[in-house]
Amino acid sequence: MLPETAPAPRQITVPVMADLAARNESPEILFWVGCAGAFDDRYKRVTRAFVRILDHVGTKYAVLGLEESCTGDPAKRAGNEFLFQMQAMQNITTLNGYGIKKIVTACPHCFNTIKNEYPALGGEYEVIHHSTYLQQLINEGKVGVTGGESFKGRRITFHDSCYLGRANNIYEAPRDVLAALDADLVEMKRSRANGLCCGAGGAQMWKEAEPGKKEINIERTEEALATLSGKAEALANLGGVETETAAPGPHDLQGSIIAVSCPFCMTMMSDGVKNKEQESKVQVFDLAELVASAEGINA
Amino acid sequence: MLQSLLFALLLVAAFGLFAWQVRKIRANVLVGRARAAGGHPAERLRKTLLVAFGQQKMFKRLTPALLHLVVYVGFLVINIEVIEIVIDGLFGNLFGFHRSLQFLGPLYDGLMATNEVLAALVIVAVAAFWWRRNSHPPLKRFTGPELRMWPKLDANIILYIEVVLMVALFFMNTADLKLHQMRGEDLPGTFPISNLLVGLLPTSQGTLHVLERIGWWAHITGILLFLNYLPSSKHFHIILAFPNVWYSRLVPQGQFSNVESITHEVKAMMDPAYEVPAAPVGPDGVALAPAPFGAKDVDDLPWTNLLSAYSCTECGRCTSVCPANLTGKLLSPRKIIMDTRDRMEEKYNSPLIFRPNVYGEEAGHAPITDLANATLLRGKVTPEELWACTTCNACVESCPVNINPLESIIEMRRFLVLEESAAPNSLNVMFSNIENNGAPWAFSPSDRFNWADDLYVKGPTPETAPV
Repeated sequence: MLPETAPAPRQITVPVMADLAARNESPEILFWVGCAGAFDDRYKRVTRAFVRILDHVGTKYAVLGLEESCTGDPAKRAGNEFLFQMQAMQNITTLNGYGIKKIVTACPHCFNTIKNEYPALGGEYEVIHHSTYLQQLINEGKVGVTGGESFKGRRITFHDSCYLGRANNIYEAPRDVLAALDADLVEMKRSRANGLCCGAGGAQMWKEAEPGKKEINIERTEEALATLSGKAEALANLGGVETETAAPGPHDLQGSIIAVSCPFCMTMMSDGVKNKEQESKVQVFDLAELVASAEGINA
Repeated sequence: MLQSLLFALLLVAAFGLFAWQVRKIRANVLVGRARAAGGHPAERLRKTLLVAFGQQKMFKRLTPALLHLVVYVGFLVINIEVIEIVIDGLFGNLFGFHRSLQFLGPLYDGLMATNEVLAALVIVAVAAFWWRRNSHPPLKRFTGPELRMWPKLDANIILYIEVVLMVALFFMNTADLKLHQMRGEDLPGTFPISNLLVGLLPTSQGTLHVLERIGWWAHITGILLFLNYLPSSKHFHIILAFPNVWYSRLVPQGQFSNVESITHEVKAMMDPAYEVPAAPVGPDGVALAPAPFGAKDVDDLPWTNLLSAYSCTECGRCTSVCPANLTGKLLSPRKIIMDTRDRMEEKYNSPLIFRPNVYGEEAGHAPITDLANATLLRGKVTPEELWACTTCNACVESCPVNINPLESIIEMRRFLVLEESAAPNSLNVMFSNIENNGAPWAFSPSDRFNWADDLYVKGPTPETAPV
């Protein structure tokens, strides 16, 4: 319940780069939304949560809006270098046209591509993943992660995104953000540099998996659930298809969370939790959603 | 005199044969595409010291790391004694001296003692290695379709040779020690293990002398044979791990290579005034045919990837962490590296032993039926394997000698897509979505900004309101 004096929720008009440029203004950061953030119903909620945070802390930001286009990541990982470079050059032309210096994005794939692969094609920017950005906001005290939902004592496990972790060595920022929530952070056996992929990278998101014994996201979800229920240590083999999670561990799964920082991990882990019929107990959230909830700014 | 001559001939023959094999392998590696892999010497040196000399990445798994460390340090230290053996072998018989490094005094005592302790530990470690490979069931990463037949035998041969070398060392030392004890002389050096073994040998001085010679010759001949076995074996990693780490990429693992020829084409498309650089000219003055996009065969891979194929010791750490392999798909990063080596030797030069892998139902792997295309792609690596990759970099991260299987996978995917238009249909749909909608899904580009509709936030208006 909000106190009576609390102001009514404000509507946010998301600033678009073209409008800023028309007024001869430039933003502090450009928020690169990404295709999943713009079109995927589940990840749109992450985009909106992140924009609430940007608005809340008073960052001078802008988005490209309709001028944004796929970074070309899925094309490049699938081997379509030609399409990738077409997309990259088009985006670089847009970004350079606006004189963009600093980009923040909630997608590790966009992050990796713009940060590492655009410079060779003429696009040099300071690129930050939103986990790092959120960590900075918390460290600077701009976000107190108080006033909203309390995560104190809730069991959270963080699933490392390959394109944030191994690809770019960002392991601590998302964990620092989660630590600020005062939750009960539990690590999967395969975490950080040894993290197991959700199964969606390398353009797998858009195709059926090759014939095998199991889906990768099921393997990973089983590990996450076993970790959350405290049963991970008891598992004989976390290294392959024999993994099972039938017997419950000592912890009730109710209210526990799988935290992700990537739209594809979000899809894969959510599907995995549904497949294991645990969606009434275990939720999959992005870091930005958790921070916005804890800050009490969701409307 | 005869022994010295024999020894000199043996040395010349062994090193000559080794050089001949190394030249062949060098030629194989150099068929790869040019890649600038130099520069940043300080960073490369640091990496080589940490990863190759320091075995940094081995220590992700403690048990094999310690076992391997014993064999690695044993190899380094015991080979100091090889210097002595070579000097003794060449000149000792001529000038009537023996154990030429004894002038080192206490240092020599320490060296001999360390050697013996390490040699004993090597035998223990090798026994453990053998057990991990040959027990039922063996360690999971020592299984798989690519680890049958020759690669499996090769792994065991290496272990057997190492035991033989260590036993020969003890034979040599123990017989020498006992001979000196019986003569009432002092053998330079300290031999903690041989001291325990002297009782096992006969007491005839003549026999002891023969045993000492057998041990000596077996040890050095074994080492020289082993040296010439290396180029045919996964054990070549003891040499090539160092240059392979040196030349491994310094950029973030998520950064995939940029295809420059495509950059020129795309720039020319976007800007008609852009001038595409002229095609490189061959030695005959005629412009060379453009290289294909991506890799169909070993020649199309960067030379660093070919060097990597010879640096691989088939340990399977990559495959054991590959999400596709863990969930039963055909993809095995190790297989791709091993196939690359096999293909180089099939197409170009092979060392003394060449036993390429064969696949089929009995190997738990789809048989390679496309014999018309004997190239690396399709001839050895199937598209099904390549499409199973999630590009997660787990294999790259896990390799103790910085091999990058992912790079070869992407190069072959590029060939499939750009030269053969042979992507899975669902990926072709994704490509056309990007082309038409600017997103990998079939959404209308005009809906891209709909997420911002009806967006509200709670809380006070910040002092520095956004624009």
